[in-house]
Amino acid sequence: MTAGVVIVGAGQAGAQLAMSLRELGYAGSVTVVGDEPHPPYHRPPLSKSFLDGELAEPELALRPEGFYRDRGIDLVTATAVTSIDRARNEVRLSCGRVVAYAHLVLATGARNRKLPIAAGAASNVHYLRTVEDARRVRHELAHACNVLIVGAGFIGLEFASVAARHGANVTVVEAAPRVLRRAVSAETSAYFDNRHAAEGSTVLCGRAVDEFRSDSNARVTEVRIEGRVRPVDLVLVGIGVVPNTELAEEAGLVVNDGIVVNAQLVTSDSAISAIGDCARYPRPDAGSDRLESVQNASDQARYVARRICQVDGSIADYGEVPWFWSHQAGDKLQIAGLALPMDTAATLGAPSSGRFSVCRFRDGILVAVESVNRPGDHLAARKLLARGALVTERQVREPGFSLRSAATAPRDGGTAKAHQERTSA
Amino acid sequence: MPKISFVHPGGESQEVEAADGSSVMRAALLGGVSGITADCGGEASCATCHVYVVESWLEQVGTPGPDEDDMLDFAACERQPNSRLSCQITINEELDGLVLGLPESQ
Repeated sequence: MTAGVVIVGAGQAGAQLAMSLRELGYAGSVTVVGDEPHPPYHRPPLSKSFLDGELAEPELALRPEGFYRDRGIDLVTATAVTSIDRARNEVRLSCGRVVAYAHLVLATGARNRKLPIAAGAASNVHYLRTVEDARRVRHELAHACNVLIVGAGFIGLEFASVAARHGANVTVVEAAPRVLRRAVSAETSAYFDNRHAAEGSTVLCGRAVDEFRSDSNARVTEVRIEGRVRPVDLVLVGIGVVPNTELAEEAGLVVNDGIVVNAQLVTSDSAISAIGDCARYPRPDAGSDRLESVQNASDQARYVARRICQVDGSIADYGEVPWFWSHQAGDKLQIAGLALPMDTAATLGAPSSGRFSVCRFRDGILVAVESVNRPGDHLAARKLLARGALVTERQVREPGFSLRSAATAPRDGGTAKAHQERTSA
Repeated sequence: MPKISFVHPGGESQEVEAADGSSVMRAALLGGVSGITADCGGEASCATCHVYVVESWLEQVGTPGPDEDDMLDFAACERQPNSRLSCQITINEELDGLVLGLPESQ
């Protein structure tokens, strides 16, 4: 068989790329190699509805088992790619098989950052990334009274909600001065801080665990935080991820906290692309970024599929608007665009009503919107950001402004006005 | 198991089996229906599982809730009075034989 596309990684990005290639009519061979024992599955529910028991394991599958075979996609599970031979355009698999590629796509994802101490390996210290992780956590949560969560990011806080609803005493420890600091404004942080407190969780920001105390079975039984000792049955660590770049590094590709790609998601080798959590790509507004989200994985996969299938050799740079979502404390948080900590904020609606959106601005121009229980605002924001509409902070602060009307208004008027305000500012 | 038919924009129809209590979106994905994207995996966050409910089934299927209603206005293909997000339609025996139209894009 002639060499086709080989995809390293069978997560959201790898699976989406294989599907998109076939949808676009790609006729060459498509091989997806993943080291997990399962066909590709949805990860987001692992910290939400799967842990809650609402969603059963078979329902996590992205597609049914026969789907890949029916489309001529060679899905190789429980197998790692051990090396790339760039001179011969071949990859070697852990099972000994050698597969040739015309185009190689690295969708190797990321792995959880571990606690840098001995207790990080204790049997009741958990991380959440795979279905096996989630199964273990779900099992232990059923018997846990005292839950300690390290890290108040998406994973930590989503788990805090699930554990609190199970009736556990939940303590969350976060080194940063506020929850979700990497992702949202101070306004949205404050809202979720209150919501988790209302669910009975103790959220300690600007604090760290000073000591983990283990018993003879290598289980953490107590922790000391600011001099106070707390009993613990289960520890969940959500302190971020590390991109899986070793394979790329060993192959001599450029790596810098992520596999470095250009605006068309091609690595320093023109026959190799990288997508999803593992890829560092250039952004016109923010240098470069490496995003960890379903949207980023899916959109980059669709983009590379289009690029591989294109006939005329010209494709615009990758430029999808990033978006994220989280379910916690009974609320739906959705984020469109990417804000930086120093970006200013204006709130639409009252946080006390439980339905509001925080608009973020850089140099007075809308760059991101954080919506709580306002999904219409979220989609409107995505539409506005995607078409590059210049929405100013002044406009947003005018009485009666709504993202919905801005997104559905005739385009020229709004944009022209924004330009005018910007130049006169 | 209830059966649900999806009609592609070109007119061809695809029937899938759907588990009671699951969502129409999940039945479409597991049945290999290509016109449903469902980027968020069924968490009512993305509006990429848009369907059109055929007239005769409208009453059985019901109307969207307030959040879904808001989101439908921003679906990739124009909203119609019979638009729904398929992740928000729960399957039961009474929906056996349901027919849904797929939009041109999600």
